[in-house]
Amino acid sequence: MNHALILPVLLPMFVGSVLLFAPRLSLTLQRSLGLLSTLLVLLIGTYLLGLADQGALHSYAVGNWQAPFGIVLLLDRLSALLLVVTAVLALFALIYAVRGDDARGKNFHSLFQFQLMGINGAFLTGDLFNLFVFFEILLIASYALLLHGGGAERVRAGIHYVVLNLLGSSLFLLAVGVMYGITGTLNMADMAVKVAAASADDAALLGAAGLLLLVVFGLKAAFVPLYFWLPRAYASASAPVAALFAIMTKVGLYSIMRVYILIYGEQASSIANLAADWLWPLALLTILCGVVGALAAASIQGLLAYLVVASVGSLLAGVALGTQQALSAALFYLIHSTWVAGAMFLVADLISRQRGDKAGNLVQGPMLLQPLLLSALFFIGAIALAGLPPFSGFFGKLLLLRAAAPGIEALLLWPVLLLGGLLTLVALSRAGSTLLWRTGRDVLGRAERDDGRTLAAVGLLSSAVLLVLFAAPVLAYVQATAAQLLDLAPYMQLVPAGERP
Amino acid sequence: MEALFAATLGILTASGVYLLLRARTFPVVMGLILLSYAVNLFLFAMGRLKTGMPAVIGRSAEYADPLPQALVLTAIVIGFAMTAFILVLALRGLGELKTDHVDGKEPR
Repeated sequence: MNHALILPVLLPMFVGSVLLFAPRLSLTLQRSLGLLSTLLVLLIGTYLLGLADQGALHSYAVGNWQAPFGIVLLLDRLSALLLVVTAVLALFALIYAVRGDDARGKNFHSLFQFQLMGINGAFLTGDLFNLFVFFEILLIASYALLLHGGGAERVRAGIHYVVLNLLGSSLFLLAVGVMYGITGTLNMADMAVKVAAASADDAALLGAAGLLLLVVFGLKAAFVPLYFWLPRAYASASAPVAALFAIMTKVGLYSIMRVYILIYGEQASSIANLAADWLWPLALLTILCGVVGALAAASIQGLLAYLVVASVGSLLAGVALGTQQALSAALFYLIHSTWVAGAMFLVADLISRQRGDKAGNLVQGPMLLQPLLLSALFFIGAIALAGLPPFSGFFGKLLLLRAAAPGIEALLLWPVLLLGGLLTLVALSRAGSTLLWRTGRDVLGRAERDDGRTLAAVGLLSSAVLLVLFAAPVLAYVQATAAQLLDLAPYMQLVPAGERP
Repeated sequence: MEALFAATLGILTASGVYLLLRARTFPVVMGLILLSYAVNLFLFAMGRLKTGMPAVIGRSAEYADPLPQALVLTAIVIGFAMTAFILVLALRGLGELKTDHVDGKEPR
């Protein structure tokens, strides 16, 4: 057993707990501890990425209780990739936050670490109930982070977010209960074996539980018709928190990939590919709803939040197609959309801070303090988000378009995805010209300028360029990931047949 | 016993969903609490309904499944924390927004 597997969970938990004594620590010390921990998580994540890329599946029995009785962590290429994506995003969001946003309320750094712990745990666990527990950890940290800094708008968005997610947790437990009641296991790999061997009567119940789970994951991933909580919540959160939340919808998507490829995948007798029929139309609708919302948004933060919804739709389309090519395209697009969306939330905040009371609202405002720099950043981010060459969004979309098989799939996906890209471009041009060009002559006296914040935004946005420069190794990795995901045999052998109850 | 148990679950869930669809935060919180009761009982029943069975293997020929009991315990702890959080949030909402409507403003 390699103990490095559990470190991405243990380290943030330990540092987060130490930071609970925050009132006794100086702010500088809190910031250093938070940054150090996040950096270490990134290093561990990179190590695990190398480990996973050797091709074998690594499992870690927590407390040395063997599966299927104990809880196992499971490291494959997919979980390692998402760990690194999270850690990079978190590091830049935290660098942005330590320039002042963390001091607006209490315990920011502690909450940030617990959030990181929950997300990492959800990506690593191989146990369905444990996934629920990590969901709850990341959710309760996200509730508090969303409300961090206070304000009426955040409370308003927070009530919807919390109530909906509590309802989602109830549904999650119902589904897990049914699945345990029938299969007698909670280990995902073991459950895949049991579901494949289920009788026709049991299969119907398992199918119902599976679709109930889809509702829960849909709520987290925010696709139609379950995305209504997202725009308001993301638009009202503080910039570093909104940037970190760019990974939250991907936790739902990750769970969809895990559960509907492994447990309800090809091998699941009469309920094989349970979710595919639902995901495909919902994915296309989500793209359209996202871009229409972006066109109608009243603030730049609201616009970006709707673009997050649209990107969920594109990712979901790749998952729904389900071929190796489509999955690898979706994974490449996932890396791009997480980082660039996060970076754009930071850039939007940089712009808002130089506009005084008008903040991110799409109305004529004062001259910006750094018009050239901010326009350039906005321009690069907008091109990447809309999926135009030469940045990463273009490659993601191109891969996705090529993955659709000629025929009805391509006939539906091509127009929706391309129209979505065009409308994204229209929405962003409208927002950009209002914010950056239709300005007054004078710079506002209280315009804020902070090089640390700018550096964090530039760093994260540079991923749009770097993902293109290093497209070959990234693409090779995501293709290997998709191949590993679709090859179910090694997963099925994780729990030895003799030890099954 | 099965019929009684199922009816209890049904009534709890139905009341929970009804309250959840109300427009004020207090009934919504009550709805969430009832729903979580129903879910906990449901999880408990997934170990099959038995009386007088030890939850330890080897003491008797038949035994109660201990795992759902552990799951319920976890679910109760998490549910309790979440309920406390939403209650405080609802109170904060009442203070900041001057209304207990779930949308944060009175309908016109």
